[in-house]
Amino acid sequence: MAGRETLPGRVWKFGDDVDTDAIIPGRFLILNRPEELAKHAFEGVRPEFKDQVKPGDIIVAGENFGCGSSREHAPLALKGAGVRCVIAKSFARIFFRNSINIGVTLLECPDTDRIAEGDVLEIDEAQGIITNQTKNEIYRAKPLPEFLMDIVRSGGLIDFARKMVERMSREKTREKGREAE
Amino acid sequence: MIMACIIMSGNLTITEKIFSRAAGRPCQAGDYVLADIDRAMTHDITGPLAVEGFYEIMKNQKDKKVWDPEKIVVLFDHQVPADSLNAAQNHIMLRKFVNDQGISNFYDIFQGVCHQVMPEMGHVTPGMLVVGSDSHTCAYGAIGAFATGIGSTDMAAAFALGKLWFRVPETLKFQVDGRLGDRVYSKDVILKLIGDVGADGARYQACEYGGEIVRDLDVSQRMTISNMAIEMGGKAGVIEPDRKTDDYIRQRVPEYHPDRDMKSDEGAQFSAVRKYDLSEMPPQVACPHNVDNVVDIDRVEGKKIDQVFIGSCTNGRFEDLKIAADVMGGRPVAKGVRMIVIPASRTEYMKALKAGLVEQFMNAGAMVEAPCCGPCMGGSFGLLGPGEVGLSTSNRNFKGRQGSPDAFVYLGSPATAAASAIKGCITDPRSV
Ligand code: SF4
Repeated sequence: MAGRETLPGRVWKFGDDVDTDAIIPGRFLILNRPEELAKHAFEGVRPEFKDQVKPGDIIVAGENFGCGSSREHAPLALKGAGVRCVIAKSFARIFFRNSINIGVTLLECPDTDRIAEGDVLEIDEAQGIITNQTKNEIYRAKPLPEFLMDIVRSGGLIDFARKMVERMSREKTREKGREAE
Repeated sequence: MIMACIIMSGNLTITEKIFSRAAGRPCQAGDYVLADIDRAMTHDITGPLAVEGFYEIMKNQKDKKVWDPEKIVVLFDHQVPADSLNAAQNHIMLRKFVNDQGISNFYDIFQGVCHQVMPEMGHVTPGMLVVGSDSHTCAYGAIGAFATGIGSTDMAAAFALGKLWFRVPETLKFQVDGRLGDRVYSKDVILKLIGDVGADGARYQACEYGGEIVRDLDVSQRMTISNMAIEMGGKAGVIEPDRKTDDYIRQRVPEYHPDRDMKSDEGAQFSAVRKYDLSEMPPQVACPHNVDNVVDIDRVEGKKIDQVFIGSCTNGRFEDLKIAADVMGGRPVAKGVRMIVIPASRTEYMKALKAGLVEQFMNAGAMVEAPCCGPCMGGSFGLLGPGEVGLSTSNRNFKGRQGSPDAFVYLGSPATAAASAIKGCITDPRSV
């Protein structure tokens, strides 16, 4: 797990107020699989993104990332593209909820101005420590509360709930077993 | 826990108190919590997706049971009686879900609109944390619950776990003082507030309404105010419970014991407190195509209308119908105007029937339909055609919501709707 979480990734840099229309234009909302959506991610604003993005890449932005319509397709497109994490100064609230619920890691960090396109970052999500290998700098992000990280690590709310239900039913079976003894 | 309570007491909002209880630890605005759900409501439009998600969660389980069938409420109201094959299929799927899960709080096509039925049948009491897969779930704030709309994925997880994660919201307090003038109602109050702060003004915050005017309103009128919190972006629209709330709840939940601490403390932190004196306020109207496009009624008086709709979870209760019937005073609907009246629930319909209101509306030339959402979201009947103008007591006037994208919808109180119906154009109810 620690391996995945500290693997370095390359930065795609964006500004303030990146809206969900920019992330995935409205005409693609008929698609709903992450891989299909990923083929059109940022199509209008960064046409090269969809072809050049690599699994493990990182998106870095300014204030209010993910504003606009509440479409779940936006974080799904990022997930489909293999984006490992979005770091921004702040996130739009529904985008925040949707991202956690489908398993995209978000980090709030005030220093994103110091990070440039193409920088390589190493991220410790649990501690909220971002190491910029290109610039040799370290930034602090507000780590997500542990139970939200659990949801993200599980792959989203549905998978998290499945794991939790399975754990609860195992505990129940074990209890029954003990009673039978 | 007790220690913590002592430290925390004296400076919490109602919302923070509700979340502290539901999360099992003291919490404040800004905290992320995993909270226990007291009630989860879903209906015929958003229910099917939630149920699919639920079975997706349970796919490896032999026993695919919801967390607590007693705490789930399922109702059909948006497309009733089934208005398409698609609706019929959704109904079949949800009936099976309800049966398989042993959900006894199920209301088939006959009971009425979710946000009226939930409080009316005693499913919500003060201090509860309630979620519904519908944006106007905030309506139950009128009886001192924290109630909020959630998406289908969240609802699926709630069905399975009985818990959901939340960020405890800041509270925007509205202090509404004065006394409402003649033929000015809670609908005018909430339109005024929305027009004032804008569609984004309470974004992600809990709205809390207080002050003399709110205290003077009965529970039915308070529901109109809480219902529309979402139209300014609010997550909830809470009103501190009082004697009137207690009476309303006791009629439905005899074992209910009021908790007088269910109020925001003196030292509670609000993101802002907005103070109003609305004694002089005239009736308000929201103009096409945004709910925050609100004006005093004299700005739009005389605007010709084609259809009047009195109903919805916002203003479809007995009290609303009574106000409308009184304003009409036995006069007929104007020539060329269609008037559709839909009581919000079976109970409200029966009250209107017994009081002779249904007969009055029908004598005046209106249609009275069985309880359902009706034209409110333009799902089935009562749609407006291109170029037509409607006046509605519901809560949204977005382009295309009640039919053609080229239609125009104005929102007002039942009194304004009734006065306009008999005149054939938007009319100040104080002038008829
Ligand atoms: S009456 Fe309108 S606002 Fe209320 S639940 Fe039905 S569609 Fe939604």
